Amino acid sequence: MPKLTVNGTEVEVEDGATVLQACEEAGVEVPRFCYHDRLSIAGNCRMCLVDMERAPKPVASCAMPAGEGMVISTETDRVKQAREGVMEFLLVNHPLDCPICDQGGECDLQDQAMGYGHDCSRYSENKRAVSEKHMGPLIKTVMTRCIHCTRCVRFSTEVAGVPELGAIGRGENVEITTYLEQTLASELSANVIDLCPVGALTSRPYAFVARPWELTKVESVDVMDAMGANIRIDARGSQVMRVLPRLHEDVNEEWIGDKTRYAIDGLKRQRLDKPYIRNAEGRLMPASWDEAFAVLAPKMKKLKGAEMAAIAGDQLDAETMFALKTFFHKLDSPHIDCRQDGAKISAKPRSSYLFNSTIAGIDDADAILIIGSNPRIEAPVLNARIRRNYLHSRLPVAHLGASADLTYPVEYLGDDVGQLEKIASGKHKFAKILKKAKRPMIIMGMGALRRADGAAIHALGYQIAEQVGAVSKDWNGFNMLHLAASRVAGLDMGFVPQKGGKDVAGIRKAAAKGEIKLVWLHGADEMDMADFANSFVVYVGHHGDAGAQAADIILPAAAYTEKDGIYVNFEGRVQMGARAVFPPGEAREDWAIIRALSERAGCSIGFDTLDALRSALIEAVPHLAELDAPASEKWAKFGRAGKLLDQPLTSALSSYHMSCAISRSSETMAACHLAAQSDVLDAAE
Amino acid sequence: MSIESIVAEQQPDSFVFSAESEAEIKRHLAKYPEERKQSAVMPLLDIAQRQHDNWIPMKAIEEIADRLDMPKMRVLEVASFYTMYNLKPVGKWFFQVCGTTPCMLRGSDDVIRCIKDKLDISSGETSACGQFSMLEVECLGACVNAPIIQLNDDFYEDLDYQSTAALIDQLQAGEQPPHGSVINRQGSEASTGTTTLKTVKKDSKSAGK
Repeated sequence: MPKLTVNGTEVEVEDGATVLQACEEAGVEVPRFCYHDRLSIAGNCRMCLVDMERAPKPVASCAMPAGEGMVISTETDRVKQAREGVMEFLLVNHPLDCPICDQGGECDLQDQAMGYGHDCSRYSENKRAVSEKHMGPLIKTVMTRCIHCTRCVRFSTEVAGVPELGAIGRGENVEITTYLEQTLASELSANVIDLCPVGALTSRPYAFVARPWELTKVESVDVMDAMGANIRIDARGSQVMRVLPRLHEDVNEEWIGDKTRYAIDGLKRQRLDKPYIRNAEGRLMPASWDEAFAVLAPKMKKLKGAEMAAIAGDQLDAETMFALKTFFHKLDSPHIDCRQDGAKISAKPRSSYLFNSTIAGIDDADAILIIGSNPRIEAPVLNARIRRNYLHSRLPVAHLGASADLTYPVEYLGDDVGQLEKIASGKHKFAKILKKAKRPMIIMGMGALRRADGAAIHALGYQIAEQVGAVSKDWNGFNMLHLAASRVAGLDMGFVPQKGGKDVAGIRKAAAKGEIKLVWLHGADEMDMADFANSFVVYVGHHGDAGAQAADIILPAAAYTEKDGIYVNFEGRVQMGARAVFPPGEAREDWAIIRALSERAGCSIGFDTLDALRSALIEAVPHLAELDAPASEKWAKFGRAGKLLDQPLTSALSSYHMSCAISRSSETMAACHLAAQSDVLDAAE
Repeated sequence: MSIESIVAEQQPDSFVFSAESEAEIKRHLAKYPEERKQSAVMPLLDIAQRQHDNWIPMKAIEEIADRLDMPKMRVLEVASFYTMYNLKPVGKWFFQVCGTTPCMLRGSDDVIRCIKDKLDISSGETSACGQFSMLEVECLGACVNAPIIQLNDDFYEDLDYQSTAALIDQLQAGEQPPHGSVINRQGSEASTGTTTLKTVKKDSKSAGK
């Protein structure tokens, strides 16, 4: 723990810290371009020069290890002069096109030039011009603006694990490019846009759309996967303009996946903005709320509880599900389910369906077994964390499931479920590695659990955890990797078949037979709708996707950016989403729709405000009141032993970019999907 | 200098190391421990270039990346950083003219002008006959005998306009003159002949003091 003096204040920093970190510790701001907390140190921009006692010249603070007794000063004339010199060199080739640059207003170079720039240039030669580089449908390049900080190169190599970006040439001719200008094949690629300190890499879908100071910024939570990445939604008027990551060390650090960032243009397309009723000819006709309720309420009043069923979709907030659960309870229907993919998980014990090790716990793991999942596309930010651990500790990772490139080397165990029994018996080679490990992790994906024999696989997961000693006093190595943002909250509140109720498969069978006459699909689109052909389908949701097409009546609701809500991520961490814009047209917030309809159907759920609903929800599920704390739940036996089916293990997602109603409606995601599929150069430019 | 401008437009469909190259590669790889074999990237690029008419096709870069377990981009970065790797075809006679300060002070501009006059090529170009290429490079490390041309693997030193012209004439006539100083300077002694210790007189009174 070296102690050093920065501008007269003494600070103590951790071993291995740099002078720059010590300055920050002392509350002194040091300008920088190439240095970034989460990337390796390059030391090539020279902007962070500081004076060090007994050093003959200013030192680059980002690359200088803090030493005992150093005396650092950052406010001397020499430092200012040196930084001004660096700035002058940076601006030699940087175009002065801030008025037409998308980075304007949030540009590190622009900001720091205010402090260290000259009022005029002494450079009279021609500036260099650099041709644009193709980097796929998300990243727009204006490489003339590049100052060669190499943050993007280090990010793609170190964090994303796709070493396709690089700097070719030397000296004045250095250029950043991808190998042969291919699309950057990473699910995290767009983070380089945030990293770029200048306007060289900017967002292509957001090009020339808005200026940062025009936007209202709302802090919220992502629902594109179940990780619950912290995001900031920037909106102008009634439209969401962009989504940016928000720092949360224990969840997403400061990265988000491309889908989280760019599926938002799907929020403008295919929206349900008024109620629809299917008429006698079988066509969906627009209607008013009153007309819709006039059709629906008497119908629900007339039907018996057991003749109705509700299925909750993957992106719902907890309040919506709780309102729906209360409504169906009042209707006396036991048929409710939040597992539309048919995952064989039960609502108890809680540790059976959580990511118990926590996301931050990945950093401590020393062996990982991934079963029936492809974390690279199911939770890309989590996958980057596994990769980081691999780079630090070379931990052994085994992968059982459909073969995939996870960006770090894995021991591929094939896709035969039989292997699970072998591991559970302790005879498998990797079981021994897990057993030896102090903090082993077992990550089970939906690909393993949504099968007909999911409960047996779940039980094997328990057996493996027990066999290898994955659960101890301060470590729980059993982890479930959910795909649906709503799933954990749903299971927490028991949005599963009540006494005598049917699960999704049962509901579908009963609906096909005509025993269930009304099916309430709340944002549930990821199912084959053919079974519901004979039943009356109510679709509540925000997009005209599969569910809406099968519906007899459509009630337009709010997307995640349009409502306040509680989400629980796969760690069991409770987080608040917030409204950035209002739902379009006649669409209303989900809970309000249920509230109004319940009144008309003669069994009011009784909450008049969202706060009242929340209080009732928290009363029923007390841990939802504990915000931002990952769960640590008691370990108990789960799963149901059974015979395994002779089917290969697959992963639940086949395409990263198009996995939900919003991303399927997004043009940007479609372009990414196409680029990823064919890897051909985008001819749009 | 986009990627198109630094690599050749016409690329071969494949690249295979010859038997002699393989032997050389083995020799170089043996110098490094297995987990540090990426250190051999520069010798391997050189081997590829020598085998392939003095330039490196992209297929060779991919082959080297494969062998050394490194990303293709990293190999391309190395190959594009150093001027001694050619990513485009060059002529049979490849002039690398040093233009750094000492050579410049001693007349490298004349050398470049001579090449331009005789062959009509500037830096980075190949002559119409396809036999000659020229590239202005940074310091070749023989400043004592500036200005210098590196012709393929050999240094020609102490050049001026006339001697460069004579060199080109001889090459065009099909013979390669001996390399080294064109004014027959020995090693890096002064151009006026050896001077060191010459002024020391044996019977000097001061010699013993």
